[in-house]
Amino acid sequence: MTVESAVNDFTIRVATVNGSGSQSSNLVIANAIFRLGIPVAPKNVFPSNIEGLPTWFDVRVTPQGYQCRSHDVDVLVALNPATWASDLAGVKPGGIVVHEATYPANSARADVTFYAVPFAELAKSHFDPGAMRKYLINMVYVGVVAQLLDIPADAIEAAVAAQFRKKPAAVEINMRAVSVGMDYARERFEKPKRYRLERIAGGTDGLTFMDGNRAAALGCVMAGCTVAAWYPITPSSSLCESFIALCDRYRVDPVTKERRVAIVQAEDELAAIGMVFGASWAGARAMTSTSGPGISLMAEYVGFGYYAELPGVIFDVQRAGPSTGLPTRTMQGDLASVYTLSHGDTKHIVLLPATVREAYEYAMAAFDLADRFQTPVFVLSDLDLGMNAWMTPPLPYPERGFDRGKVLDADDLAKLESWGRYRDVDGDAIPYRTLPGTPHENAGYFTRGTGHDEQAHYSEDAAMFAGNLDRLVRKHEAARAAVPAPEIDEAGNAVAIVAYGTTHHAVVEARDRLRERGIETDYLRVRGLPLAREIAAFIERHERVYVVEQNRDGQLYGILRGEVPVSAIERLRSIRHYNGVPIDAHAIVDPFLDAERPAVTA
Amino acid sequence: MTASLNIIGLTRDVYKGLPSTLCAGCGHNSITNHLIKALYEYGVQPHRLAKMSGIGCSSKTPAYFVERAHSFNSLHGRMPSAATGAKLANRDLLVLGISGDGDTASIGIGQFAHMIRRNVDCTYVVENNGCYGLTKGQFSATADVGSSAKNGKINEYETIDVCGLALELGATFVARSFSGDGKQLIPLLQAAFSHRGTAILDVISPCVTFNDHEGSTKSYAHVKEHGFALHAPDFIAGSKEIVVDYEPGTAQDVEFEDGSHVVLRKLDVEHDVTDRLGALRLLHETRDRGELLTGLLYVDTKATDLCAREHLSKIPLAELAESDLRIGREDWAQLMGAQ
Repeated sequence: MTVESAVNDFTIRVATVNGSGSQSSNLVIANAIFRLGIPVAPKNVFPSNIEGLPTWFDVRVTPQGYQCRSHDVDVLVALNPATWASDLAGVKPGGIVVHEATYPANSARADVTFYAVPFAELAKSHFDPGAMRKYLINMVYVGVVAQLLDIPADAIEAAVAAQFRKKPAAVEINMRAVSVGMDYARERFEKPKRYRLERIAGGTDGLTFMDGNRAAALGCVMAGCTVAAWYPITPSSSLCESFIALCDRYRVDPVTKERRVAIVQAEDELAAIGMVFGASWAGARAMTSTSGPGISLMAEYVGFGYYAELPGVIFDVQRAGPSTGLPTRTMQGDLASVYTLSHGDTKHIVLLPATVREAYEYAMAAFDLADRFQTPVFVLSDLDLGMNAWMTPPLPYPERGFDRGKVLDADDLAKLESWGRYRDVDGDAIPYRTLPGTPHENAGYFTRGTGHDEQAHYSEDAAMFAGNLDRLVRKHEAARAAVPAPEIDEAGNAVAIVAYGTTHHAVVEARDRLRERGIETDYLRVRGLPLAREIAAFIERHERVYVVEQNRDGQLYGILRGEVPVSAIERLRSIRHYNGVPIDAHAIVDPFLDAERPAVTA
Repeated sequence: MTASLNIIGLTRDVYKGLPSTLCAGCGHNSITNHLIKALYEYGVQPHRLAKMSGIGCSSKTPAYFVERAHSFNSLHGRMPSAATGAKLANRDLLVLGISGDGDTASIGIGQFAHMIRRNVDCTYVVENNGCYGLTKGQFSATADVGSSAKNGKINEYETIDVCGLALELGATFVARSFSGDGKQLIPLLQAAFSHRGTAILDVISPCVTFNDHEGSTKSYAHVKEHGFALHAPDFIAGSKEIVVDYEPGTAQDVEFEDGSHVVLRKLDVEHDVTDRLGALRLLHETRDRGELLTGLLYVDTKATDLCAREHLSKIPLAELAESDLRIGREDWAQLMGAQ
């Protein structure tokens, strides 16, 4: 068998048992390789469980800096007897397998190299009994992997120090465990020839790791969000928890201890969204963060916010549905339901971040858009973006101030003879509002979800009702130009790809794979709803347009079909991925080639 | 003739609203009138008042008083969350929630419970008629066991006693009154405005169209016959000196944080309004006798409300500026460097 070398280009998969504390070790591996200047893409595939179920962590090492999951497993670290057989079966021919020595050998995989390590024995002989010992096993495999792949000790040490920066006392014992693994491997194993790491000078300079939930929380702080109401739900909880941690540090007066924020863990999502609208009505910037099941519960209030025209920001960190689904797996399954959430005719502004930086920037943009358009705004993230660590440049300090939209204060009211809460004064379909507490006798109005006239009085007048719905549509139409514009990479090719959110990262790699086969594609990434007008034009400039997304029903495909001109509809194709695991390039390339084959042969 | 002015120089008319669209004789209309008087006498600044409500006949009534004030007619059973958000955003608002028995004891019982648990500073009036009026008279969860509907149907399900539930949940102000008894209700409302925390007022308010017949325990006749008042309350605003003298032992004086008082002149029973278990016992005893206990059942003036517990800035959150809220450039650079 000829062995082509894979320098800086392979995927390490660690298979362990949930609750064994392996996450820190896996992040140390990722971070140490990153410190060599080599781009990495960590992906945690974990169960909905506290302890006992299988969990996997992939560290993709990639000279091109691909951030999507890899289809292949090159290096397996097997520490879960329950999944040993299937984990082994998944290793690429020529791969290497580090495993607990007590696991049965498998003669069927003569095409991989086995490195048997008595992890339990090593831990027993080197460390005192106690709770720490099982965690230290994880650092032993870090040492074995470091030795086999040639990760220098200083990189490991720096990564361990970074991982335990909040408990420096733990650094020494963890490094000792790393040494146990390194020593064991050095004495017994030859380094694999195929998989090697080579330092890339400056390869990761200016980058750092961050997850999308923390980035979104930073966006909320910088957007001046002062009221957050939430109900814990995976995978969105860490967004609000990050917001809490940031506010504890930056929103508390050092002298008086007064807080410039209110964060409420609500009794359910019905209450969380109610608090958001109550707070935004009273003038605060307010948000909630949830996932699919919470979105379903918020439906009624979101319709109220839409119709009564209240700002509010809702983060939906999507997980795999329907129903409880796979609570700890990723999906883009909420696009359609969020876009038109609630009964009656409703349409919402939805922002679609694909990167950590966009999670931060769209969080800020969401508050501005909510205030400007006086309507609920969704930021649709997903578990992959929200909870995985991504390489990112540091987030820039916002250069723009808040856009609080059309709010009349007492001075404004003094200059006006009258005003109407739902009167379209400027012809842009966006009326003016006042805040409770405004000291002017004309400030008050009656906010309601029932039919209302321009003065916000109850009205069942047919023309009035329809006219108001028409104004809301005009407002929505205007938002097409206000949401983040699509990102377009176009060179006059006949075939194009359209995607959004985290699917983007698999598209990047898929286009390279296709290019290697001589197939050039154009690409448009949708970054918000309602659809920007140039999207339809882009589709019409292409013969075939593949809409790639991580859901079963082709939800963006459906929205496009509903909103683009008839002449564009027939150009649309759909590629869908929905098994809960982040999409990889193969999941695009394979169906793309299948669909294109008739075209190519013709 | 010049109209008389209240302590902030406003006429009573300022506290009025649009004409009611409820049935003539509806208890809710009486409550609205008592609210107008209570707010006028109390001298509430209309712009500081936030009228919150859910869905139902009761929840329409914020349109019928203080038209100048901001109002938020929310969803069925979801007034407490909106009220909580509004209070957090602007702690200077006087938040007045109007709800009904369906809105509170059925669809909204969760939010009712959790508002109490958080002790949100809010006056919460339940206009309780034991039935769903807008949907034509179905029983609500506060209908008494054995009471009958207009069509003769008997309610066989256990009743939810709003006051009992509130006491059990740890409410810091619990009162019951009757829409027809302004003398009692007005001082209780004013005491609720002064209370720092969730003040629950369960006000029996007969539905003249669907629940005012014989066999109903929420009818005018039933309440008049079986009402049992704990005491006669007087509200004395903080700015006034107490001039009324009471014989020692004949009244209980409750002082609120803002310096106002409610003085409860004793009637037939001994009850210390700071005794929660005593209040629960009285509630059960009177109910077992078929009586309707009214008055201030319990109050804890020292409890911490949500805004205080959260150490919220004295300046309302809604009024904070960008510079108060964003992380500074230096801190930001440091934060980004340490990722």
